[in-house]
Amino acid sequence: MSTMPDGKPRSAGLDDGPTPDPALPAPSVDEAVREAEERKWTPAKIALWVAISLLGAVAWFMVAIVRGETVNAIWFVFAAVCTYLIGYRFYSKFIERHLLRPNDRRATPAEYKADGKDYVRTDRNVLFGHHFAAIAGAGPLVGPIIAAQMGYLPGTIWIIIGVVLAGAVQDYLVMFFSMRRGGRSLGQMAREELGVIGGTAALVATLLIMVIIVAILALVVVNALAESPWGVFSVGMTIPIALFMGVYLRHLRPGKILEVSLIGFVLLLAAIIGGGAVAGTEWGAALFTLDKVTLAWALIVYGFIAAILPVWLLLAPRDYLSTFMKIGVIAMLALAVIVVRPEITVPAFSEFASRDNGPVFPGALFPFLFVTIACGALSGFHALISSGTTPKLIEKERQSRYIGYGGMLMESFVAIMALVAAISIDRGLYFAMNAPAALTGGTVETAAAWVNSLGLSGVNLSPGLLSETAANVGEESIISRTGGAPTLAVGLAHIMQQFIGGTAMMAFWYHFAIMFEALFILTAVDAGTRVARFMLQDSIGNLVPKFKEHSWRPGAWLCTAVMVGAWGAVLLMGVTDPLGGINTLFPLFGIANQLLAAIALAVCLAIVAKRGSFRYLWIAALPLAFAAVVTITASYQKIFSATPAVGYFANNAAFSKALAEGKTSFGTAKTVAAMEAVVRNTMIQGWLSVIFVVLSIIVIVTALAATVTSFRNAAKGIPNADHEDPARASRVFAPAGLIPTAAERELMAQWDKLPAGQRFETARRH
Amino acid sequence: MNAMLAGFRGLAHYLNGVLGADAYEKYLEHHAASGHTDPPMTEREFWRDRNDRQDSNPQGRCC
Repeated sequence: MSTMPDGKPRSAGLDDGPTPDPALPAPSVDEAVREAEERKWTPAKIALWVAISLLGAVAWFMVAIVRGETVNAIWFVFAAVCTYLIGYRFYSKFIERHLLRPNDRRATPAEYKADGKDYVRTDRNVLFGHHFAAIAGAGPLVGPIIAAQMGYLPGTIWIIIGVVLAGAVQDYLVMFFSMRRGGRSLGQMAREELGVIGGTAALVATLLIMVIIVAILALVVVNALAESPWGVFSVGMTIPIALFMGVYLRHLRPGKILEVSLIGFVLLLAAIIGGGAVAGTEWGAALFTLDKVTLAWALIVYGFIAAILPVWLLLAPRDYLSTFMKIGVIAMLALAVIVVRPEITVPAFSEFASRDNGPVFPGALFPFLFVTIACGALSGFHALISSGTTPKLIEKERQSRYIGYGGMLMESFVAIMALVAAISIDRGLYFAMNAPAALTGGTVETAAAWVNSLGLSGVNLSPGLLSETAANVGEESIISRTGGAPTLAVGLAHIMQQFIGGTAMMAFWYHFAIMFEALFILTAVDAGTRVARFMLQDSIGNLVPKFKEHSWRPGAWLCTAVMVGAWGAVLLMGVTDPLGGINTLFPLFGIANQLLAAIALAVCLAIVAKRGSFRYLWIAALPLAFAAVVTITASYQKIFSATPAVGYFANNAAFSKALAEGKTSFGTAKTVAAMEAVVRNTMIQGWLSVIFVVLSIIVIVTALAATVTSFRNAAKGIPNADHEDPARASRVFAPAGLIPTAAERELMAQWDKLPAGQRFETARRH
Repeated sequence: MNAMLAGFRGLAHYLNGVLGADAYEKYLEHHAASGHTDPPMTEREFWRDRNDRQDSNPQGRCC
């Protein structure tokens, strides 16, 4: 069917794609008609975009320039939404028109590889929800909150501008290129485009980065649940609930997913309410009050078992619950931020914005703010989701803009709402909750005294507020609950109680928030361990072929144990770290995530060059350059900085020296064992940073080399090897965006008139 | 009342799609359309097969 001459450079003119079946209506809106529609500016359309721009400008003015006592949360929403709309309508359209040039006359993998199972054409709005549920998790709820140490403005700007120019671009490009390649994964694309060295470096880097990301997500859960019998009980109950759902779906009523999810959701709410009662009893408190180390071990054992159990028993049902909770979270955040509209009293730039010794995370605003907020602005992890599942489900090529670019804008919006919810709490409270115990001292008196000694303007924290807040949310203490999750939970509980239930309901809202964050993270830990195990099995399989057999139990168990052992070790390192795990490890999480983004963008850059779109190379090069500069600078400082709080090796040297001098306590480490732990941890963290950055530089350099080769070939007129699947004629039509245009509606009507038998006929019979 | 019912139905349909609960229907649709002569899998078989494929081809979940 393909009329595209092989080897013809795609840059030469507008490629028309394969010839459509004359018996069917057109599979795409006529180019000239679409062009006329897009270029035609009616007065109403002009008025709408002027209004959006003006509202956005006013909102940015209120958030960034006006320095009143407070700023209302609603301005954050307007600034974000108006910027997203403009970015979506103009920038993503620009990318579509000039760089990607989707062609609806070409069938997508969901059409030409249709198998009714993995490759299934999916309604664009359903797929939007599906893709969003896969990319959004705890990340956007955690990073922005930790970054709020610098004030709200740096984070807000990075989340909103970063997503428009970097994060959403990455997701869109990766999704489109994977779709053109039958849904191939990022690793496979790296191998094809960058060769053996670049491809292998990308694979190893991805594996290591996944270990770090899983470990630090697990650390966030441990920090949220430690010494919290209510939290441990209600989150623990998700395991039997998921098992019940799994058995129900497998043996009682297969396929009734919505039904069992509703049952599960009700049980989940019961577990949250029941958790309060259980934690109130003597036995409950005794049984479920666990320290961090015990919890970490519990999570490691759980992670191993969950990853070797069949998917239907635990992972799949919890995934359904987690999807359900995502909808709940968005509804709750929207209620909290848009309906209640709290006043924000935090300064735009805090005292720590110009320093590099903040208590929540160390390092200067540049580059560390940009790695602390990864998810929500630019998240490399998305590249793993955007290549793979979603491209196998897209119905028409033009929908990739709505799903890829639009889906990421939605996640960014969640990040903004989470940031606003978290910074609506008292600023003193924020620092008492997010600084390591080594600084706050762990009691209400010492924490209040320490916060007041920071000399923050407008902050006067009383011990009473700390104990009162803890009592309201049903916790023993909220001091040094680092990791961001508890802060967001307090913020949400604080806003929600003004809306429903008053202070009596605060504890419920708090634990509801903890529950959804834990649920997202546990799902990510589970799925991450499995994916990493398969990657490891495939890698070892190149040497010992037996390992490639995924059903071979000893191999599967061994590789699972290796992966769990790897993230478990980092997790234990984090919970026992005298400096406070989040403080030292969170930057590593952000660096890892954004190095992955740099890898993904480097692969995209090489592909863009191969397609011959040199004029628009900057669309991929701009975010790549930024991600590369930020992560390499951050890694450089983590490796070479002479400031012990920032540099891992500087810290290592300081503690080694203290040990050599025979000191028994140094800085935040109060015992020799703790000092030895610091020496060990900083050495491991330092070397991890070295390995990450070296691997990423290899990938970026090979991508640049591939780009230069493509450029030279193009100059000499030699066609570049193309790894796209051959074009096949599409025999279906669907609109590109949320609302069909007039031309699309007209075409849909033509398709609707077609007899049903003809309409869904697939091009390939088997 | 009818409009509300239709709204609820629409929401349920959407949620089913997002959760992937309509996978079996889509499979049957594909099976019928692609001209297979052998009978399709039963609902129970289909979901087992689907879970088994997820076991050997895990999908990541994001942070």
